[in-house]
Amino acid sequence: MDIAGAFSYHNLIFIIKGFGITLWVAFIAIVLSFVLGSITGTLRYMRIPVVSRILGVIVEFIRNLPLLLILFFTYFAMPDVGLKLGVMSSAIVGLAVFEAAMISEIVRSGLSSIPKGQVEAARSSGLTYTQTVWHIVLPQGLRRMVPPIVSQFISLLKDTSLAIVISLPELMHNSKIVIAQNFNYTLPILALVAVLYFAINYALSLAARRLENKWG
Amino acid sequence: MKKRSWMTLGVALTFLATVWLAGCSSKEGGNGNGASGEPASGTASALESIKSRGKLVVGVKYDTKLFGLKDPASGNVEGFDVDIAKALAKELLGDETKIELKEVTSKTRIPMLNNNDIDIIVATMTITEERKKEVDFSDVYFKAGQSLLVKKGSPIKSIDDIKKGTKVLAVKGSTSVDNIKAKAPDATILEFDNYQDAFSALKAGQGDTLTTDNAILYGMAVQDPNFEVVGEPFTDEPYGIAIKKGATDLLNSVNAGLKKLHDSGEYDKIYEKWIGKAPSGE
Amino acid sequence: MPDIAIFTDNLEIYMKGFGNTVWASVIALLGSFALGTIIAVFRISSVKPLRWIGTAYVEFVRNIPLLLVVFVFYYGLPSVGVTLSGFICGTVGLTVYTASFVAEAIRAGIMSIPAGQTEAARASGLTYMQTMRHVVLPQAIKIVIPPLSNQFINLVKNSSVLGVFAGFDLMYYGDQVASKTYATFDTYLFVAALYLVLTIPLSLAALQLERRLAKNG
Repeated sequence: MDIAGAFSYHNLIFIIKGFGITLWVAFIAIVLSFVLGSITGTLRYMRIPVVSRILGVIVEFIRNLPLLLILFFTYFAMPDVGLKLGVMSSAIVGLAVFEAAMISEIVRSGLSSIPKGQVEAARSSGLTYTQTVWHIVLPQGLRRMVPPIVSQFISLLKDTSLAIVISLPELMHNSKIVIAQNFNYTLPILALVAVLYFAINYALSLAARRLENKWG
Repeated sequence: MKKRSWMTLGVALTFLATVWLAGCSSKEGGNGNGASGEPASGTASALESIKSRGKLVVGVKYDTKLFGLKDPASGNVEGFDVDIAKALAKELLGDETKIELKEVTSKTRIPMLNNNDIDIIVATMTITEERKKEVDFSDVYFKAGQSLLVKKGSPIKSIDDIKKGTKVLAVKGSTSVDNIKAKAPDATILEFDNYQDAFSALKAGQGDTLTTDNAILYGMAVQDPNFEVVGEPFTDEPYGIAIKKGATDLLNSVNAGLKKLHDSGEYDKIYEKWIGKAPSGE
Repeated sequence: MPDIAIFTDNLEIYMKGFGNTVWASVIALLGSFALGTIIAVFRISSVKPLRWIGTAYVEFVRNIPLLLVVFVFYYGLPSVGVTLSGFICGTVGLTVYTASFVAEAIRAGIMSIPAGQTEAARASGLTYMQTMRHVVLPQAIKIVIPPLSNQFINLVKNSSVLGVFAGFDLMYYGDQVASKTYATFDTYLFVAALYLVLTIPLSLAALQLERRLAKNG
């Protein structure tokens, strides 16, 4: 083990740069997947004929594939349908689409957990169905969804590491390059990487718990 | 409930089949364009689109010492392939800085070229008959031969020492995999995404030897002197620059560029900088 | 048309990978269930050090990527003298990683059993272990099944990281077919289809189980 060598100034800067990419890609993908997942999840809950069914099938399909494979498709298959993306964009799109499918399912089942009686009561008091969903079901459902959605965000942050297969220069990729310089760097560098991932994800989960207590 | 689940499964499979068909037909469409040489997608006019863009996009390795290696300290990608690519950019566009490098691995380089992600591949790529069906190659710009890298003191001294159960590390999508399967059919071959992973695996003792072109192996031995290249090269690996099929004008200017580099002595300079004096017999 | 020949010509390679993916998943499933149960029991144990170990395990492992876990086994362990194959490292890594989620699901299930029941069982003379085995766990299992089945579907998908460590799984052999045929898109579509063959029936079964439990509960 060579701790001093592993943590040289250049290596640390290089790893921090990778961490920056990880956070950036995760942030964009989190925003996109949240928007996309909430919309599709709500549409599925509303049981609009055909639309909900088709969305349901697409979501099931994506949810049941390994993310590794989806990243490969966004990188190599998108150009076939006329969408050429760089490494970072394909990583973001792949992550966003996959996690949106997961969030869609969380949103759908979260909304379904609101008792039907409430919907009926709202409807009989004169609200339209859309109004009922918007004013009654969504606000309550969203609170229940906070914990699973935040764990999904944590998953997303961890999953950015899989973009290593399309050579995204994120945290794992850069740490691998540092390790390749010298085998004795392996354990110190892996420990550092673990601490970085842990710090950010643990902070996220603590924030989620606080939010949960506040609302719960 | 049950009926509905099966229905969902049915719809899912139909969806899968549709995606499949869509993907394939669009791909066939792409190939069709290539053959007929549609001007916009830049096959026949590949050179013009590069010139109007003012930038040559080159796929190089980022993990291969001496050929294309990303230096953590500077963030630059450096090596023989990179310098050749820069010199070609100078020949084509008049300025060696009019270049964009993209990381490729042996596994990703051909799909990336065919997807128009990159204009040319300069990435330790051996010219083979199989690959000629997929891409066009320039004239040979480097002559390598496949060899073995082992930890110093290893009982493996040459290809003949590879026996049943010997773990040989290689890189996905490289010619070395096919060659070693032919020369040492009993070996257990473990394939990795790139050379860095394969070399890390060798250092970690996950395999007995790493096989690829000697030029790349020498680079690894420079990186970590605990390892050495053993035995004579057992194949010829002529490297070529790969260009999308049908881009004849680009191919011609790359070949013209290579010839100029040889004539001007620029090639020898790059060779000496990275590889050393041109070794005899190569 | 998709080139079905890519699949039929390489059927043997695909099936080898498929078989290993199934193997790795089954081993990791059993392993992570066993390990996860032990850690869950640690987490709610009245012995402080055990509780601390359990909590540390879950909080730490849950918050780092699976890829990193396998990386440590594959590239890290050899530097302390232990070298294991890609398949073993991948499967063990998958087990260790999934166990943290399994533990959390089981703990939540156990916690949902009212404390009064445990107290009653203890008061009627059962030991702590007996109370767990006969009173708490059988009830907790029902609550735990839906989140657990989701974890196991994730496990099957996550087994694809073996491909990065020469683990001879479906992803690994898919790469081999792709580099042989150059038909990247088609090759991976067949890989996708094979993953779906595993995960979609699992998802449907999980959904049914969930509904049945919801009805009975």
